[in-house]
Amino acid sequence: MSERERPYPVILRLTHWVGAAAMIVMILSGWQIYNASPILPFVFPVGLGGWLAAGIAWHIAAMWVLMADGVVYLVWAVASGHFQRDFWPLSVAAVGRDLGAALRLRLAHDTGRYNAVQKLLYGGVIAASVLAVLTGLSMWKPVQLGWLSAAFGGYPVARVLHFCLMSAITIFLFVHVVMVGVVPSTLRRMVG
Amino acid sequence: MRDFRARFAPEIARVERRYLLRGGLSLGAVSLLAGCDLSHKNSLIDRALWAMLRFNDRVQAALFDPNRLARTYSRAEIARPFRFNAYYPESQVPVVDAAAWKLEVGGLVADRSPWTLAKLLMLPRESQITRHICVEGWSQIGEWSGVPLRHFLTAVGADLRARYVAFDCLDDYTSSIDMASALHPQTILAVDFEQAPLTPPWGAPLRLRIPTKLGFKNPKYIGAITVTNTYPGGYWEDQGYDWFSGS
Repeated sequence: MSERERPYPVILRLTHWVGAAAMIVMILSGWQIYNASPILPFVFPVGLGGWLAAGIAWHIAAMWVLMADGVVYLVWAVASGHFQRDFWPLSVAAVGRDLGAALRLRLAHDTGRYNAVQKLLYGGVIAASVLAVLTGLSMWKPVQLGWLSAAFGGYPVARVLHFCLMSAITIFLFVHVVMVGVVPSTLRRMVG
Repeated sequence: MRDFRARFAPEIARVERRYLLRGGLSLGAVSLLAGCDLSHKNSLIDRALWAMLRFNDRVQAALFDPNRLARTYSRAEIARPFRFNAYYPESQVPVVDAAAWKLEVGGLVADRSPWTLAKLLMLPRESQITRHICVEGWSQIGEWSGVPLRHFLTAVGADLRARYVAFDCLDDYTSSIDMASALHPQTILAVDFEQAPLTPPWGAPLRLRIPTKLGFKNPKYIGAITVTNTYPGGYWEDQGYDWFSGS
């Protein structure tokens, strides 16, 4: 089996799918919560739970799954050298070059190594997820975690940041799913 | 005032049904998860969600630091006008005769005799400018002053090792808090809002102000306070809002 066909490490596959499920529950229940007091002039057409209390119940249940999954992934990614090996080096020039190639549909996507756009997007969504969890915790416990709330500029600012991070992660999910459709072999490697 | 909830129950039920209907219709594929809204006692998913709510209550109790104070703000940061909130519209707020009003005291206390407002006002008072955070997500900074609940609990000889302090309100609202939060220095039985005696929309003659919990844990129009070891729940808590709801 060549490098480009071998499944990803089992821990990467496991944390990917558990994290994906938890993140989707977080987003849908988050929309339910948002709809109770929208900060923009629209509400989401779908939400998980059907009403605010159930949306919150889903959100703070899935939160534990997402956090546990994230901790396992981050510890593994640092300890195994995944971050160092697969995300580095990353330069603006490389991103510009690979993004240009991607937009002309000429970017090799399945060479066993992340291209610069993948490094940027995967690194970006990991960072956004970590920040989404931290802003979320700062809103869940603005008194007990007052220092965290203050670091994000206080409760109302954290709330807007949390929304922006959700938006970024949702956009990533759409791009990601489209790209998997374009290069289905990556899905086989992630399934195993 | 006793029939308050009875009068509004049909309207509340109608609104809730509308929510459920809209949620149910719009959920699409996700609604295949039948019973994911906390109202199906026999649904495995709902039972798991309720179990997680109880787990989260324990985590929040463990995270609660009795000495950590909610941030306070300056008068310039106070929100005006302040937003009215209740389980019924503002036009339906109860108007309580403060002169005739008595605060009932029950449960694990040495002295169960009722309190008048005049007697309550003889206890030391404190004021605070803190952020009121609603479970819906919005928040506003307001100013309240009144008697710290711990002074009142001490005055009635409450068992301070009891688990819960429960509130029964004259608008038929109920809520309850843990003893550790009840004894927090910023937890006050408020009699003033914005440096003037409470008016009906803000819970006259007596409301709880507890900046270490979400807004719905700040009951208004308090008629009775009970100290107990039996889980009292509350109006929203019984429907699925997280009981501890600590900030």
